Amino acid sequence: MSEPTSFLRRYVFSTDHKVIGKQYLFTGLFFLLVAGLFAILIRWQIAHPFQPMPVLGHLLSSDSHGVVIPTEYSKLFTMHGSLMVFFAVTPILIGAFGNFIIPLQIGARDMSFPVLNMLSYWVYALGSVAVLSVFFVSGGAASAGWTAYAPLSSSVKITPGFGQTIWIVAIAFSGTSTLLGAINYIATILNERCPGMDLMRMPLTTWGFFYTSILNLLWVPLIAAALFMLVLDRTVGTSFFTAGPLAPRGGGQPLLYQHLFWGFGHPEVYILILPIWGLLGDLLATFSRKPAFGYRATVISMGVIVAVSQVVWGHHMYTAGMNPILGKTFMFLTVSISMPTAIFFFNWLATIWGGAIQLKTPMLFALGVVFVFALGGLTGLFNAVQALDVYIHDTTFVVGHFHYTLAASVFFGMLAGIYFWFPKMFGRALDERLGKVHFAISFLALNGVFAPMMVMGVGGALRRLADPSHYELLRKFSTWNQVAWWSAFALLGGQLVFAYNFVRTLASRPTNVQNPWNATTLEWATSSPPPHENFPAIPVVCRGPYEYSSPAVADRDFIAQNEPALEGASA
Amino acid sequence: MTTTVLDPPHAHATATGIPNLKLGMWLFLASEVMFFTGLVGSYVVLRLGSREWPDPSSILGLNVLAFNTFVLITSSVTMALGLQAARENDRTRLVRFLGATAALGLTFLAIKLLDYRHLVHEGFTPVSSLFGSCYFMLTGFHGLHVLGGVTALTVLALKNRRGAAAIDATPIEACGLYWHFVDLVWIVLFAILCLV
Amino acid sequence: MFPQDASLNGHRIDELFWLACELTAPAFVIVVAVLAISVVRFRAREGRRASYTKGDSPRALGLTLGLVLVVFVGIDVNLAWHDAHAFHELFEKPPAPDQALRIRVLAEQFLWSFRYAGADGQFDTADDPTMTGEVHIPTGKPVIFELRSRDVIHSFCLPNMRVKQDALPGMTTYLYTEATVPGRYEIMCAQLCGFGHYAMRGTLVVETPEQFDQWMRERNHEFGVARAE
Repeated sequence: MSEPTSFLRRYVFSTDHKVIGKQYLFTGLFFLLVAGLFAILIRWQIAHPFQPMPVLGHLLSSDSHGVVIPTEYSKLFTMHGSLMVFFAVTPILIGAFGNFIIPLQIGARDMSFPVLNMLSYWVYALGSVAVLSVFFVSGGAASAGWTAYAPLSSSVKITPGFGQTIWIVAIAFSGTSTLLGAINYIATILNERCPGMDLMRMPLTTWGFFYTSILNLLWVPLIAAALFMLVLDRTVGTSFFTAGPLAPRGGGQPLLYQHLFWGFGHPEVYILILPIWGLLGDLLATFSRKPAFGYRATVISMGVIVAVSQVVWGHHMYTAGMNPILGKTFMFLTVSISMPTAIFFFNWLATIWGGAIQLKTPMLFALGVVFVFALGGLTGLFNAVQALDVYIHDTTFVVGHFHYTLAASVFFGMLAGIYFWFPKMFGRALDERLGKVHFAISFLALNGVFAPMMVMGVGGALRRLADPSHYELLRKFSTWNQVAWWSAFALLGGQLVFAYNFVRTLASRPTNVQNPWNATTLEWATSSPPPHENFPAIPVVCRGPYEYSSPAVADRDFIAQNEPALEGASA
Repeated sequence: MTTTVLDPPHAHATATGIPNLKLGMWLFLASEVMFFTGLVGSYVVLRLGSREWPDPSSILGLNVLAFNTFVLITSSVTMALGLQAARENDRTRLVRFLGATAALGLTFLAIKLLDYRHLVHEGFTPVSSLFGSCYFMLTGFHGLHVLGGVTALTVLALKNRRGAAAIDATPIEACGLYWHFVDLVWIVLFAILCLV
Repeated sequence: MFPQDASLNGHRIDELFWLACELTAPAFVIVVAVLAISVVRFRAREGRRASYTKGDSPRALGLTLGLVLVVFVGIDVNLAWHDAHAFHELFEKPPAPDQALRIRVLAEQFLWSFRYAGADGQFDTADDPTMTGEVHIPTGKPVIFELRSRDVIHSFCLPNMRVKQDALPGMTTYLYTEATVPGRYEIMCAQLCGFGHYAMRGTLVVETPEQFDQWMRERNHEFGVARAE
């Protein structure tokens, strides 16, 4: 395909996966900032209930005078969660990295459906406009939580205003974009691999995107169905999810919404973490100069998790009024996920053990993922078992758990990916020293925000409370909340270091180093940034993705995947 | 150089041997199966969980719906004949059968709209009862899919009416897959909404 | 760390928590230890090459399977087994209705209402004592809370009893508990139910059987007299 020349075709309506990836990256980073600021407001309110917040307080509605009043609080945590999941993390991780990296790592010129790819971005962009518009309509933003349980979300009597309704549509746009992307990624990974690129020679990053796309393909439609019925409840006046006095003409079932939502929602959290597990494989191998340990076992384990993650959604509903037999089934299935997880944990540790570790910034963040995901994953066990979960359900323990796995693991993974692939995307590398400072602050601060939540949760602190001190039981946690607040503030500071690094590097002159990390996978076998057609000639792959420190070569410690076959080198 | 979503990009050899458009359509249909499972599953749950549920035959015009089912099944036949024509490189027959399929699809939609009008007139609306909500939600969403299919068929018919080169059967095949799927969904809907 | 335990079976939750900690802590310690040791011992150094292992040897696979077995039996089955027992004690043993105190709980934005059966032992009769915000139960007697919501989903949360259960519109859910320590405890709403969710506080008053009987007599009289008038 010939390279477009007009500005619009090159940078705005481009079908080039590399450009689309960058579009997703910048839009996603914008939402990461917005949703992050909302989190700062939330932590301020918890630590200083109903005291006006300096500076950021001006973002709130005018009649609140800088105070996070209860109506504002509900909107804040709702929009924080929804923006993070649908408009920041998914676009950056799957939209940006997936798009940019997949064709390069498999040796293709572009995705299977470049025009569909462009459409995917613009559907997401439209959704972005829609979701931002909720702040400006009467009634303000959505306020029923990112989970939007019915009937709170479905009844316009209870939750009036356009904001909640437009929110539903905006999420649907984001979901549509993701779904179209999933079709593209699966088709591309299956069909566009270059000669020699067997499935079991693909880098783990690509495997991560492949698996994530399968889950997206199957389960985004489920939340689409739920949102479709939810919006009908709100606009047309149906009552699919309303029952009892709110549905005088005979209603539906609120629990149905929860099954549909979590039927999507649980796979969704694996959708968000799978690319991270994938890229950990690449990064740990690259920066340990050592093959990824147990590559096949990791691929299989990730596949097992993809399968099992589809049948465990009920563990979000242990207190919802489900049949207890269902509960036990969900419990046993959920705890069994720890087995494949243990396998690739073992493999990550076995990869770095015996390596020649380079503590560059991407590696620091990758190691950080291993640490925080250990905490996040292990606390998942506490939530998996029924009786214990009933106690910690809806407490800040759960919030701590999913933030350790999302805000920490996915966040660190994303940053690891950004530092790692920035040189490939932009032809310049982010500053190492600033990167290390960013890591140190982020690592300490993240633990400072979320570890206290686990302690408080066990002590009975419920989530989504605009003012926990309303309960005598929770007043003793004020110190922990102060720790969380200052840590959140420090975390923001750390991200400002990153933002400065990001902008300054983009403004600097490119160095165009093709392979700054001496990595083996195909994206490093072309220039930085790659040409429009990705490779001058389609690569031919001769070996697996992690030939580091192979005894077959003495003068260097890596062999690129597409280097012609050497005598004595293993495939 | 203009490309559309329907053009098979690059028409190159793929690693699996399956053309992109066909693979893409299978993947899309997998997601559609999940979408309709969500909606149909919800209907089943809502119905089984309701203390009372009206008898469908007392409200719905079963004869009309049965006729519509026949219309759609016939359209699947014309679709299959169109694909065969494409493989035999017969443009005239291809366009004729694509047109017939689209016309039958439009007939289905027209009958559906008339059916809706009649039902609403009788007081059976999306908000009159839970059954009403389910009925209009399911058949309405299906109807939108039929409309999408009719659009695709029309575009394919227009694109293929002229040309010297051999017909590329892959888009026709992909469209056929979609159309048969939409037909199958209707048969399921007809069964669970009307016959049970 | 935990709130005061004022219930018969709540200690099982605390024990489960500590068991989970005991089972998961070693795993975490191992992970951190390997990370810490690795970054020191296996730091890239001049002249040293990483070992070229792929982990696909039979030994590696054997180790992996061994690990899986340890995780499955030692952690998964162990924890799930203990949990199933605790769950059975706390949630799957509905007391016989004639031996338990039945209380109807109605949740709505943003308060809790309670209804007792009254002197006639029947619900939905005119002598049912009703009240908002505060509910009384005696120690040593199983209680069945019948939960319902008037509007959206709420969740009846008794941290000092270590239990909670969602209250939904259009259906009834049940919560069983038995208190052991008299006192005034907080009731919290544990499911986002609107802007006043954080303020949906109630009080669970646990009294000795004598105190409770006295209180119940007074309530029955109050509501019985009301009916007569």
